[in-house]
Amino acid sequence: MSIYTMGIDVGSTSSKCVILKDGQEIVCKSLVASGTGTSGPDRAVAELLEKSGLKKEDMSYILATGYGRNSIDWVDQQMSELSCHARGAYHLFPEVHTVIDIGGQDVKVLQIENGAMVNFQMNDKCAAGTGRFLDVMARVLEVNVSDLAELGAKSTKKIGISSTCTVFAESEVISQLAQGSDKCDIINGIHHSIANRVAGLTHRVGVRDQLVMTGGVAQNSGVVKALEEELGHTILTSPITQYVGALGASLFAYQKALKK
Amino acid sequence: MAETEKTTAAAPAAKPKKEASPATKALRKVVSDVYAAAWTAKEQGRPIGWSSSKFPAEIAETLGLAVVYPENQAAGIAAQHDGERMCQIAEEMGFDADICGYARISLACANGAITTNEGRRVPRPDFVLCCNNICNCMTKWYENIARMNNCPLIMIDVPYNNHVEVDDSYVQYIRGQFDDAIVQLEKISGNKWDEEKFKQVCANANRTAKAWLKVCDYLQYKPAPMSGFDLFNHMADVVTARCKVEAAEAFELLAEELEEHVKNGTSTLPFPEQYRVMFEGIPCWPDLKALFKPLKGNGVNVTAVVYAPAFGFVYDDMDSLCRAYCKAPNSVCIEQGVDWREGICRDNKVDGVLVHYNRSCKPWSGYMAEMQRRFTKDLGVPCAGFDGDQADPRNFNAAQYETRVQGLVEAMEQNKLAKEAKAQ
Repeated sequence: MSIYTMGIDVGSTSSKCVILKDGQEIVCKSLVASGTGTSGPDRAVAELLEKSGLKKEDMSYILATGYGRNSIDWVDQQMSELSCHARGAYHLFPEVHTVIDIGGQDVKVLQIENGAMVNFQMNDKCAAGTGRFLDVMARVLEVNVSDLAELGAKSTKKIGISSTCTVFAESEVISQLAQGSDKCDIINGIHHSIANRVAGLTHRVGVRDQLVMTGGVAQNSGVVKALEEELGHTILTSPITQYVGALGASLFAYQKALKK
Repeated sequence: MAETEKTTAAAPAAKPKKEASPATKALRKVVSDVYAAAWTAKEQGRPIGWSSSKFPAEIAETLGLAVVYPENQAAGIAAQHDGERMCQIAEEMGFDADICGYARISLACANGAITTNEGRRVPRPDFVLCCNNICNCMTKWYENIARMNNCPLIMIDVPYNNHVEVDDSYVQYIRGQFDDAIVQLEKISGNKWDEEKFKQVCANANRTAKAWLKVCDYLQYKPAPMSGFDLFNHMADVVTARCKVEAAEAFELLAEELEEHVKNGTSTLPFPEQYRVMFEGIPCWPDLKALFKPLKGNGVNVTAVVYAPAFGFVYDDMDSLCRAYCKAPNSVCIEQGVDWREGICRDNKVDGVLVHYNRSCKPWSGYMAEMQRRFTKDLGVPCAGFDGDQADPRNFNAAQYETRVQGLVEAMEQNKLAKEAKAQ
């Protein structure tokens, strides 16, 4: 009989769920673009169960992670997103030693040894260098966040954007627009601004290959490329990068289910 | 893993507040007496001094002067949740929100603002004593206190030390300032310097320091007979009353209580000790509960803080006193700072390090990234940092802190498992 486990990653801006079969096969996944404190987590779980045709009772173990993990009180257990991203990345890339996760409101750099997180660094209170930074900039530029990578790739001129503060950077972008700068150049500058800040944090931990980037911002190839340039290392990403935390949670859930 | 396991047990009923031990009561009384003595002196028309925490207290004590300590006062005000209001008063006066929270609270008091923490109200100063060994914001902070109150300022400048040893030229430079401070304080107090009394005061201070270090050393026991957080509270006595025999006696009594705990296998820690960490930096006084909650939830005891060597110095004469006051946390080179901390971490057997990136204290927080790197490399333990503030609650986010503590606990657990696997 198969063992099903569920991982729920309640982030600051989105909720992600994964159902895993026997600790190996991703049976189903769901994502709702609303995070902690909203109906997002409940909707993501409902969508997951509907799509999979499974019930909560079919799950041997359910584990919640992410910023809003403690707001889900009906699960078997909660764990930090740090360990879950490390575990999920290791499952996808068994040679991983460094993970950079850029989420909605924080940045984490994890040092991995034999699949386990042994050290980490996180950003300070400031939202510069996070997904929120991209959301703010996309709004000012009147483009979709999902289009940033494509537009940034068309840049022909380097424009420097401050990396110290989201609010200051927003003012800079508005000034650049007022001066008639090309949106694509501004976007490329924004990508490098994030990369510059994240690279500083990464160097505190140290980079060892393989270097994997997880979280929603890893879908933006412009940020990934800028970060590769800053660090001088190849960065690996997964097509399911947004689900890595939930995947890690479902893998830990599987370990727990076996011990049950 | 050190995760939060779901339980179905009902929450226990709130426990009645535990009565403080005789030693804790004695330590509290010593600090209260310092504040009371300042009010008594004011009523009797004697001069009151405001002093930085690592000014040579031995000088004022020898001359019989009543002195209070703005840093301790600010910590007490912040812990009683009046720090934000006092910081805002200072900001309205024109002091920037980026400067130290203690400084802002103190400057508000210096300008006449009255704190809601009655136990930490102090008379306005008649003189100000500043030694900049512990902080470089302090120079301007104390200059402002003196200017606002139109009273004399005695400033002792202690240069940053690039070497582990204190050079003789430093001692001469500082000795000259100590001698000048004595002359100035003789005039202020109206008393003559008494060498015999000075020796007695130094003997008291040395006795306090030895008892304080003995208390700190009890954290080497595994499990520890106390919560390391207790040391943060007991710091008040080392800062405000180290030259008083009552402080020495209270610490000696505390050491006896801890010895009993060791004999009986008990502890003041209100939960089983699963992990041991060094807490680096000054605590977030307004958020002590939030600071303690995830530590308690994960069985983490703070068994190391850098305060032990920073305030537990023992000396023989005036020159060695000068040498001792050169060794404050922010006046020593990084090699000395790392050596202090790694020594305590090894002796007190820590599994990880929790670093407070304190928005109020740039010198202290600025070198922590490099120190963290060295701790991980030299000690093989994980480190986690969090943003906060010693006095201004606007700079602390409990949710961010909880995630970092949980991450640290998970990393400590993995580290422990890896070490056990290697040993087999």
